[in-house]
Formats: sequence, structure tokens, C-alpha cells
Amino acid sequence: MEKFTTLTAVAAPMDRPNIDTDQLLPARFLRRPRDEGFGDVLFIDQRQNDDGTPNPDFVLNQDAYKDARIIVADRNFGGGSSREGAPWALLDYGIRCVVASSFGDIFYNNSLKNGLLPVRLSDDDVKAIRQQLHDKPGATLTVDLDAQTLTAPDGGIHSFDIEPFRKQSLLKGLDDVGMTLEREEDIAAFENGYRERRPWLFADA
Amino acid sequence: MSDKTLFEKIWSDHEVLTTEDGFTLLYIGRHLAHDGSGHAFGFLEKRGLKVRRPELTFATPDHGVPTTSHKVDDITDPVQKRAVTTLTRNAAKHNVTLFDLGDPRQGIVHVVGPEQGITLPGQTMVCGDSHTSTHGALGALAFGIGASDVFHVLATQTTWQRKPNKMRITVDGERPFGVTAKDIILAIIAHIGANGAARHVVEYAGAAIRALSIEERLTVCNMSIEAGARAGMIAPDDTTFAYVEGRPYAPKGKHWEMALDHWRTLPTEADATFDRDVTLDASTFAPMVTWGTSPEDALPVTGTVPDPANESDPERRRAMQETLDYIGLAPGTKLEDVPVDQVFIGSCTNSRIEDLRAAAEIAKLGKAKVPAMISPGSTAVKLQAEEEGLDEVFRKAGFDWRQSGCSMCVGMNGDLVASGKRCASTSNRNFPGRQGKGARTHLMSPAMAAAAALTGHFTDVRELARKG
Ligand code: SF4
Repeated sequence: MEKFTTLTAVAAPMDRPNIDTDQLLPARFLRRPRDEGFGDVLFIDQRQNDDGTPNPDFVLNQDAYKDARIIVADRNFGGGSSREGAPWALLDYGIRCVVASSFGDIFYNNSLKNGLLPVRLSDDDVKAIRQQLHDKPGATLTVDLDAQTLTAPDGGIHSFDIEPFRKQSLLKGLDDVGMTLEREEDIAAFENGYRERRPWLFADA
Repeated sequence: MSDKTLFEKIWSDHEVLTTEDGFTLLYIGRHLAHDGSGHAFGFLEKRGLKVRRPELTFATPDHGVPTTSHKVDDITDPVQKRAVTTLTRNAAKHNVTLFDLGDPRQGIVHVVGPEQGITLPGQTMVCGDSHTSTHGALGALAFGIGASDVFHVLATQTTWQRKPNKMRITVDGERPFGVTAKDIILAIIAHIGANGAARHVVEYAGAAIRALSIEERLTVCNMSIEAGARAGMIAPDDTTFAYVEGRPYAPKGKHWEMALDHWRTLPTEADATFDRDVTLDASTFAPMVTWGTSPEDALPVTGTVPDPANESDPERRRAMQETLDYIGLAPGTKLEDVPVDQVFIGSCTNSRIEDLRAAAEIAKLGKAKVPAMISPGSTAVKLQAEEEGLDEVFRKAGFDWRQSGCSMCVGMNGDLVASGKRCASTSNRNFPGRQGKGARTHLMSPAMAAAAALTGHFTDVRELARKG
């Protein structure tokens, strides 16, 4: 996983609530191998017209946002399916941080495991920040993970919460499995007790 | 503090350890895999790791399988074919139980789990699929995870989780004639919103929930994710135990008695408290349809398409207008006047035998005016329906009787809704593009979908059923 420390980058506003994972990455691309990348199909059905030409109305296609690495959305970003292709598509496209007032829980977890930082702010804050981005297209935000702050174009500083466990993994670029395997003794001890308490789960049909 | 809720009791029973900052390593009692699990198995192999507890993983192909034939050679899309054959190979290689194409136990993973007795009360359960919430209907703690987490579960049989908050949704009263489990859950989502239960595990309670059959409970819990919930669950009771007993993978003999003793201790105590409580009255419910592109956009079928002009917030007004542009409906249109181009009955929400019986009851009343397709949730459901003669009922009414799979719920197998076409669907997501690029999806119950097939527009199934 790629580390996340600080990021200053152009932010693109997306006003619609409920930007779900099917919009982020339509199901027809789900079976692509991970190393083929998903950046070219992020939001594909909105980015492109039916004839394959770019849709000029779509925010990421506009000149001011062509270097966007942050998205500021509304509520329930990434709701829907568990497809990890959704954060992969964002990352492969170049997005490292999404700001919203709420996220789909599974999307939120998947993002953290891949180096994409989801930042939760209040409804009013995301709205105000989007307004600033609309007023000054191409404006940048600064996200400092260690300090847990986001600096808006107007200089306003917003603090955000993140699990300490996840924060450390992101700062260091660690994945879970290595860490968990070091707990093998704990898992084995638990498993022995569990097997005794709930033997039917391990019995063959 | 001792655990008082169903959720907390199961959580504690599976807690391997909790770090100082409150992250829990949770043991997983059952993992379900499907043809979308290829990434996770791939990560495992890349790291040179093995499946830690192969006997706790069960697999079946569903997402990309054709509904016209269950022969691997008949899968025309090479990408989907590779996903299905990769599952076969991974299951063999890692010694995982597989219900492959051609096996009568194959089906949509969330239909197969309960059906085979793999889903049991009191256990933790995960699957690389968001509708894993379905299994909570039996009193399990079941939730969807992404590919990295599936890899983690395969390698360690555990997952790292922060303990979610607790929410109780109580549905009191008795549901009126014509109101199904699908209408109950759509009414709940319309009430609390598509992210109304985010970061919470929901327990459904109350008289109207208790009165549901297990299959109906599965429908309710299935769509918990459409309210943003981490999981949905219903306390196990005698209805649950009667359902589980005797299923192929359910405990037997001495183990059955042991399990039952444990399961009876699981229900939430009377003095338990929740972080959030929502109460609804089932007697006010009506058959529902969605009008927009989020499951929260649901209304009684007797309603009208809402008007963005009534929305005071300009951003919301714009979002609503975009929704109506996509779905192709004008404000103020009576929902019962909305014509449909096609009908889909299937998906892990509504494809079990009771769903098919309910649809058949309506199908008996006439002939389909628009193409209508039925994909049973599992091969076992299909065989049972055929034994009951339901396939004949459907064929006579002009419905297309198919094989089991996810089918038009997600369209990965090629069962797609064309751009601009309107589909009455018993599935769970009406997102833009869900059933195909530009497809317009309207969610409803199997009886309502069958009714729409007969009339060619959204129809109040109560009227149709009364007329007989
Ligand atoms: S039927 Fe639909 S919602 Fe259910 S598992 Fe398959 S694709 Fe997902």
C-alpha cells in the first residue's frame, strides 16, 4: 500500500449525494486483474458520452480539475457494493483523498486498506468547501494525516477523525495481513477454545 | 458489563483480541466465496500463503453465470468464463467446498448459505459481497468485505474491525393485505435514508418482524446495506430453529442439542439499550416502488413522482432533477401510470421459493404484456418450483423461466437492461447503470413485479389480487 502523509492538490467538487460504487466502477469491469489498472474506467459511464467522446459536463473532464487528486462529495459516497475496484479505480486515476459527510462503510474500509484517505466532515463543512471550489475552480486543499487536518481554500482548518490503527497503517504504508500473522499464537489459542465451545461449526456434513 | 444484545453476544464470542485503541481482531465462523473471489485468492497466492481453515469456506459461482445454460462451455464472455473456472480451480487447490455449475446446490451465494444450513445463528460470517447482510436473518453477524479483507480472512480466518454502533428498528403492528417483506424494508429505507444506518449494526425487532417467515426475514436483512448498515440481524427464535433443523450442513444429533442451547441464549435482553432506536408501524405500510436512483427513493405505488420544485435547497433540487432526467419521469406523474419495458424477478433479495409462489399467484391471473424473466435464487429453488409446477404457471403466462444466478440484478452475465429501458425488478439496487448502462430500474416485490408484467405498467397488486 502507498503511504499517505500530507497532500496538497486540486480538489474537484461533486455535489450529488449517494455516489455509489456502481457509478465509480460499473460491474462489467470487476473481473479485470488488479495489475491491469482501473483508472481508465473510473466513472466511465459519466465521463464518456454514448459514442465514447468525453462528456464536457463531467467535473473531472473540465480543465480546472484535470489534475484533481481530491474529491469533495456530499453524503453517502461509495455506498453500495463491496467491490474494491471502486477505491482501486479512484487511486489508479490519481485520487488519493475523498471528503464527504458520510461514506459507505465497506468502501470506507476498503479505501483505508489501499492508501486512499476518506475524510468525514459535517454536512455543512463539505457543502461550504464545495462552494469555495465552485467559486474558485482549480483551488487546492491540503490534507495532513498526521495532524488530522484539512485546510480549505479559504484557509479554514477542519479537523477530522480517523482510527489510530488505520492512521498508523496509512502513514507507514503497512497492510494488515503481515501484522495479523504476527498474532498467530493469539489466533490459535482463540481457535482452540472456539472449537470446543462451538464444535458444530467444524463438523463435517 | 455483560452483553445484552444479540449483536454484542456474537461479537464477544468471536473476539480474538482488542487493541488499546479499540480495534478488534474478530474470528470468522463462515466465509462464502463466489466467482468474484478471484482477486482475493490471487493475493493469497502472490504472498505464498495458504487458506488457514478451508473447512470454514464454502463457494459457489453466481455473479457471471449464464441463466440460459449451466454448462461452463456455454459461457460466451471469456472474462466471466475465466472467473468461473478460476473459482473451480481455487476451490480444488485450496480444498474449499464448492457447489459448482451443474451441482443442484449451486446458486446465489446468499440464497445457498441459508438453504444448505451453512448460515447458522450465533456465528460470524463474511463474504466479498455487500449483501452478506442477508444472513443476519438467522441471527448471525454477517457482513460484506472487500477483496483485501477476503484475502485476510482466507489467510488468517479473522478480520480487523472497529465495533460498530447498535441500532434497533422496531416494526410494530400487523402488515396489511398485499404488503410483503420487500415493502417493509423499502419503507424502512425510505424513512431512514440510504445512509441512515451507516456505521451501525441494525437489529430488526417488533411484532411485524417476528411474524415474518425466515425467507421474508432474509429479504429484510438483505437490504440492510441499502440503508448503509454494517449488518442487519433478527434474533433467532423457534421459526429460525425449525428452518435450520435438518439442512445439509446444520448441526446434527448431540451437536444440534448443544447448538440449540447456545442459540437460545442469544436474543437481546429486555433491558438492553441501543445507540439509536427507530420505530415504525407496519399497519401504515403499502406496496412500494422506487421512482429514483437510490433505494431511499421509494413510495407507495399509489403515490406520484415528487417535484424538485418543492425542494428548497438548490443543490438538492439539482440532484433530484438529475435523478428524474436519468430515470425519465416527469414530476407529478402517477406511479401507477408509469409504463415498464420489461420485468425481472430474481436476485438474492427475492428469488426464494416463497417469492416465486407469490409471483406465480399473480402470473396466474393473466398474460405478460412485456418481456418478463425469472431467475430462481438457486438450482435447488428452481427444482422445487418445478416440482410445484410454478414453471408451468409462468410459462403459460408468457414469462421466461431461467436458470439460477445473479442475472439481471447486476448484468454481469449479459442479462442486461438496454439503455433508456425501464425495468420493474425485484432486486435491491436501482443505481444508475446497475442493470446496464442507461438502464432505468424500479425496485418492488415479486408480486408487484408480476403485476407490472401483466399490465405493462406499475400496478397496485392489491387491486389486481382483489379483482382476481
Ligand atoms: S443477486 Fe445481485 S445483489 Fe445479490 S449477490 Fe448477486 S449481484 Fe449481488
